[in-house]
Amino acid sequence: MNFRTFAAFVGPSIVMMLLFIAFPLISVFTQSFYITQPIYEVVEVETCTPGFLTQTCVTEENSVPILDEHGEIVTKTEFVGLQSYRNVLELDRVWTAFREGSWTAFQTIDFWKALRFTLTFTLITLPLNLGVGLGIALMINNAAKSIRGPVIFISLLPFIITPVIGALSINWLFRGDGILTAIMEWYSGRDIALFAQAWTIEILMMLYRVWHVAPFAGIVLYAGLQTVNQDSLESALIDGASRWQRMRYVIIPHLMPLITFISMIHLMDSYRVFEEIVGFSSQGHVISLQWLTYDFLVPDQAGNRSISRASASAMLTMVGIVILLIAPLRRTWRDHKGSN
Amino acid sequence: MKFRSLLLAGAVAMSAGAAFADCAYENTTPLTSLSAGFEAWKAVTDAMAECGNFTASLDQEFREKQPEAFAANPSLYQIGGVANATLIPLLNAGSIRPLDDLIATYGQNLTPNQMIQIDGTTYAIAMAVNAQHLMYRTDILADLNLEVPTTYAEVLAAAQVIRDAGVVEYPLGGTFKTGWNLGEEFVNMYLGEGGEFFADGNMPAINNPQGIAALETLLAMTEFMDPEYLVSDSTYVQQQFQQGKIAMANLWATRAAAMNDEAESEVVGLVGMASAPMGSAAPASSLWWDGIVLAANMTDEEAEAAFQVALEGIDNEMVAANNDTAVWLVSGYQPGELAAGAAGTAQNGAVPYPASGPMGIMHTELGNGLADYLNGNKDAATALADIEAAYITAAQEAGLIQ
Repeated sequence: MNFRTFAAFVGPSIVMMLLFIAFPLISVFTQSFYITQPIYEVVEVETCTPGFLTQTCVTEENSVPILDEHGEIVTKTEFVGLQSYRNVLELDRVWTAFREGSWTAFQTIDFWKALRFTLTFTLITLPLNLGVGLGIALMINNAAKSIRGPVIFISLLPFIITPVIGALSINWLFRGDGILTAIMEWYSGRDIALFAQAWTIEILMMLYRVWHVAPFAGIVLYAGLQTVNQDSLESALIDGASRWQRMRYVIIPHLMPLITFISMIHLMDSYRVFEEIVGFSSQGHVISLQWLTYDFLVPDQAGNRSISRASASAMLTMVGIVILLIAPLRRTWRDHKGSN
Repeated sequence: MKFRSLLLAGAVAMSAGAAFADCAYENTTPLTSLSAGFEAWKAVTDAMAECGNFTASLDQEFREKQPEAFAANPSLYQIGGVANATLIPLLNAGSIRPLDDLIATYGQNLTPNQMIQIDGTTYAIAMAVNAQHLMYRTDILADLNLEVPTTYAEVLAAAQVIRDAGVVEYPLGGTFKTGWNLGEEFVNMYLGEGGEFFADGNMPAINNPQGIAALETLLAMTEFMDPEYLVSDSTYVQQQFQQGKIAMANLWATRAAAMNDEAESEVVGLVGMASAPMGSAAPASSLWWDGIVLAANMTDEEAEAAFQVALEGIDNEMVAANNDTAVWLVSGYQPGELAAGAAGTAQNGAVPYPASGPMGIMHTELGNGLADYLNGNKDAATALADIEAAYITAAQEAGLIQ
């Protein structure tokens, strides 16, 4: 392929990536070092609001933003260095909690509370996702040819459902006296409240995530199973390898590149866990890093939002993903070099 | 088939024509509105639509769109629906217009109580008030010979009796969902204790005996509530009432009509309305209003049309048709039994929600920070101190504290 053709094929994609990934990323990165805020003046105002029958009027000092001649709010932008990162990380509170040796105090600091959950969530769902995915792949592979199509379709269904909708339906099945909680209560004969403490919510979230993503792992691994060398399998069989040994020494090594691929996708996806927090409305007990960024961004009723802290928190989330990806990336790199 | 659909189209056209005739003002200017999406706004915007050339956006996330949409020139919406707090960003940005000249020309039917005035200039017309007040099961209280509680001590005592009698699953309900709802619960309690949120220079001032008293009452209430209270919002509490699972709750006046909705409720006619229980200074509630603003960035002709259409939306015909949907401030409103709670709360001296820029941040931090106290991870003083610290960080970033 000559260079012109190559450029014509790749060009649009590079432009898109620059436009929608690189530039926003740079913009977020810069914003995390700056603070933009309106300039306020303090004025005394009398505000009258309706009561049930008569008006209530109060006179008080209010901070009111200054407007320029076009009626726009005057703002100033200031370089603050790492201030926003400090505000997100709250290292002084971490240090106090550490000195007191109090895990509870440590876990009341938003960022670290979110990081703890995000990491637990990511690292526990990873092996479950791979295990269940492999199970689904084997199930499809062993299904009779005539029903294989429907089996693939049905096992892919959870993956097709929109994440927020899926999380909400699980929420409704278990919340309060939802059907499944009611069944569990009837079976165990005691009052069960799954949304009253953190650990039950966390388990529900993890189960939901595995239910949602395992079909994807399953379908990728099923594709891999089609290319397993039948001769190796046959010779293993002749050597007297058990079912488990064939799995352990022939099939899994063959699937390893795919397993690394699925792990990487899963690490990236589940480190950005967000839909579960919203769908299960778990903010009172459990929050994630992505949710924290979102919470900084949402304006309150008076219109204030924390763009700088949101940017800092987003950058920190990205750093976290990169650190998690180092191990599988190094493995891929080694395999790649080895195969050359 | 063809004949039937023709007949149907004719009927629709006729009813549209009849609806059109309901409006005293025939509107020829294309107008749009953006407001929250609850029942009262639906009634009001439907009445506005009768004047023609009008489309309404009813959106529960309107507060995120409204400041930007009204700052555009020309504004994307001519009419806006706001409440105490959502008025602030529009007022700050100067994107809503003073209404005094329009009121002088067209507003003869408005009452002085409906005007929201800043330094004597009217910026919004209120249509209804809303407040959280006590709702209780009249049959349960009567069976157990309980008086309607007027203070939180009495609420807790009554809850104990109800639990001992075992008539409902949980004696109390509460809008304790983490976030805005939980923040509002604290605001109500703290105002009931007579607390002030801010000291000079927008510095926070909630870590005091009133704040701790407010927190302790909230915690005492959770004892009698569904243990999943941190996910329970207004709709959830309303359903708990409708399904007969709770006996008392401090719930929004706009939810009162749902108690007697025969399609949903098992307790029709059994839920009584009373003033919000008293704190040591005032009822533990805050008064909210819902009202109408007009965008600054439109022509005067558009503003005149928009104002007349808006007035048609909140006239007494609309109120006559939707009397129990809200506690209307419009003349012609007949306060029924359902309004007794909101009226009592106001008469006992509940104060308006103290909306301001700093209060917006404070409300968010309260909503996020109180769960740690209710979960038992922090004591009351630590929780309040941490909320103050979080407030200071956010307020500094917003430029409200130097």
